[in-house]
Amino acid sequence: MIQISCPFCGKRDHSEFSYGGDGQINYPPLDASEDTWHDAVFLRENIYGRQIETWQHLYGCRSWLLVERDTRTHEIFSVKLAHSDWQKLMEENR
Amino acid sequence: MTQFSAWNVIKNGFNGQKGWSRQWRDPEPKANYDIVIVGGGLHGLATAYYLAKNFHLKNIAVVEKGWIGGGNAGRNTTIIRSNYMLKGNREFYEASLTLWENLSHELNYNVMFSQRAHIGLYHTPNALDAAARRYNIMRQTGSDGEIWSRNTIKKKIPHLNFADDARFPIHGALVQKRAGTARHDAVAWGYARAADMLGVDIIQQCEVTSIKRSAQKISSLHTSRGEITANKVAFAVAGNTSRLWQMAELGNLPIESHKLQAFVTEPIKPLLDHVVVFGVAGAHFYISQSDKGGMVFGGDIDWYKSYAQKGNLPIVQDVAECALSLMPCLGRVKLLRHWSGVVDMSMDGSFFMCKTPLDNLYLNAGWNYGGFEASPASGWYFADLIANDRPDKVIQNHDLDRFRRGVHIDERGAGSDPKLHG
Ligand SMILES: Cc1cc2nc3c(=O)[nH]c(=O)nc-3n(C[C@H](O)[C@H](O)[C@H](O)COP(=O)(O)OP(=O)(O)OC[C@H]3O[C@@H](n4cnc5c(N)ncnc54)[C@H](O)[C@@H]3O)c2cc1C
Ligand SMILES: [Zn+2]
Repeated sequence: MIQISCPFCGKRDHSEFSYGGDGQINYPPLDASEDTWHDAVFLRENIYGRQIETWQHLYGCRSWLLVERDTRTHEIFSVKLAHSDWQKLMEENR
Repeated sequence: MTQFSAWNVIKNGFNGQKGWSRQWRDPEPKANYDIVIVGGGLHGLATAYYLAKNFHLKNIAVVEKGWIGGGNAGRNTTIIRSNYMLKGNREFYEASLTLWENLSHELNYNVMFSQRAHIGLYHTPNALDAAARRYNIMRQTGSDGEIWSRNTIKKKIPHLNFADDARFPIHGALVQKRAGTARHDAVAWGYARAADMLGVDIIQQCEVTSIKRSAQKISSLHTSRGEITANKVAFAVAGNTSRLWQMAELGNLPIESHKLQAFVTEPIKPLLDHVVVFGVAGAHFYISQSDKGGMVFGGDIDWYKSYAQKGNLPIVQDVAECALSLMPCLGRVKLLRHWSGVVDMSMDGSFFMCKTPLDNLYLNAGWNYGGFEASPASGWYFADLIANDRPDKVIQNHDLDRFRRGVHIDERGAGSDPKLHG
């Protein structure tokens, strides 16, 4: 069982979380070209190795998280709050 | 190569089974081929067979990093159906089912294709309406389909949960009688043997580790068994497609690799004669009984991207819950084995079979949950694409650029999120 350390709730089984998807996709501005939008919506790097992805602690505090995980082994390296301001607050008050 | 026939079986019964030969050769890779297919799964092997058979091409190799059939080919739940609805998919999967119907004869190898019917259960009146629409489309395009009432299902499959307090009472089912199952390993071996007999080199333990290319072409494949050059190169590597694509420096694809698990129980006496599919309110479950008696079943993917061929526990629980709500009589049957494969999930749930930005590279990928039933047609149309250097009309929209044209072949209407196309 993969376990994810939620910054608020602590270490929990991943069945409490819901998987979002690639955490590195940055959607372009609304008036960007169709090609740029096509690539952002439809193309994936599909990383073999470490990647950043989003998970939501659905059955816990409901925060969205950025998780660094290895797609070959499922090992998790870091978990952060997806909202960067909250993550900063969290770090300052540690 | 000894042909399989009643006569040969009897003859070898008398001589201690000594008259059989190797099923396919084990050749050393040559330095150059006309066509190299990367990936010795069902699609790669079928493609090689039809290239040799339909187009009389020689000098073809299939290179496989492990052993043939060790990928998803040997890991799937072997369901074969053609109940697709959308243009392109409809014709393609129908062609596939038609090829399945004669495959054992075609290959001189018993693939144990069993047309035991695919029973898609429905649990609300409106789901039945949607189902009727799908099956009308199928019947109008040369396939078969039936709607069964609750009473008919009760008679034919008495062990399902017909209790009054069932959380999702069975209202009816969509049935495709020509659908069924086959023995997956036999399909890989059958295609390998038949292709080998036509001169195809099947090279196992041969991993493509890097790719050399010029601006317009692949110039050579670096493999664990030496450098191989080819006039034409074809990728049929299922869950590993993005890796090969990136080795060729072609960037990103509309594909994500996810893992899908399958389960088999200890063998029990004949219990279930059909393939039964249960999908309602987030539940997703399909079950059949193998010829050895094991109950073979599966459910959703594990939801998160993965290249690990190992599944996780929440899906085990999910699938077990589905099994018990559909067939409570399975409660004390023990799980024997479960495993997982890396599936190539695409942005609209449909496959890609197309030319690529490189002149001599062809792509076959994006099979989601449905690549087993697709195997014969996949080989057929992919061979045609490679030999003639243009797609057949049936697959002309199964290219990588379809999203740019606003073409989505999305049977579920789930949108551009690969994990939703189960
Ligand atoms: C659990 C599970 C259940 C399924 N159930 C069904 C079902 O009921 N019905 C259905 O229609 N479909 C089903 N599928 C899907 C189906 O199995 C696949 O879509 C199909 O097998 C994929 O095509 P393939 O056989 O060619 O792939 P694979 O068998 O995966 O072949 C790809 C091959 O490429 C090789 N390869 C990868 N990288 C390299 C490299 N660098 N060099 C050389 N070789 C390489 C791999 O080793 C592998 O053998 C299921 C899949 C899974 C995992
Ligand atoms: Zn939490």
